[in-house]
Amino acid sequence: MTCLTRRYPFSASHRLHTDRLSAADNARLFGKCNNPYGHGHNYCLEVTVGGEIDPRTGMVVSPAALDAHVRRTVLERLDHSNLNTDLPEFATLVPTTENLGLEIGRWLRRDWPQICRIRLEETGSNSIEIEFHEP
Amino acid sequence: MVSITRKAEFSASHFCSNPQLSPEENRALYGKSAGPNGHGHNYVVEVTVRGEVDPVHGMVMDLKELKAVLEREVIEPFDHRFLNREVPPFDRVTPTPENIAREIWRRLSPHLNQNGRRLYSVRLYETPDLYVEHYG
Repeated sequence: MTCLTRRYPFSASHRLHTDRLSAADNARLFGKCNNPYGHGHNYCLEVTVGGEIDPRTGMVVSPAALDAHVRRTVLERLDHSNLNTDLPEFATLVPTTENLGLEIGRWLRRDWPQICRIRLEETGSNSIEIEFHEP
Repeated sequence: MVSITRKAEFSASHFCSNPQLSPEENRALYGKSAGPNGHGHNYVVEVTVRGEVDPVHGMVMDLKELKAVLEREVIEPFDHRFLNREVPPFDRVTPTPENIAREIWRRLSPHLNQNGRRLYSVRLYETPDLYVEHYG
């Protein structure tokens, strides 16, 4: 069994804030990420497809087809966006890396359920990983 | 159970094409990688061995030994070579990253699966933005 992973950088801004908490609680919970005007990150998304190697092509998946799918479903929506204001998904949902990863997973897997794992780096030091199924 | 990983690098050239397909089909399938004169990558390979920690020497596997096996079986034959022309089976098996990772697995596993430990995965970076993982 073999998995192929591609990495895709994108840049976006966000603010971590929820109306369910008071201003003081938001500031305590989210710290600098709660600053009112938001801030940005260079994110990097890793997308993994697993399966058997096709004997005709020697590939698990065409990287070009995967690139086109990720570009259309994720990068065109997120790159150089403000997650809170430009994405209806985050009108009420806090755009933490975890929630962003879950949304990205939903978008990606609607047409490509063979995507078995994503990893999302918010910075070089923070990342989350979601395994949807065994590869 | 503990996993231990050793990383190594090799630089090699390759091209991707299936001789049973037409040049147009190969170009559609592999894009620029189909160019028959080849092109190169700095490959990075990460080999992970899994097993119990030996109660006496405190290791899953002696890293010196893992390094030596990786060097002998993979780096020495692959480094600074044109894979399609110089490194079997890539004269007849398309050297996609998937097939290279599977070949590395095939070369390493007989030397690593012993004393209760086993080769768990081979991760191969073709570029910093594309990698494959082979699990046997």
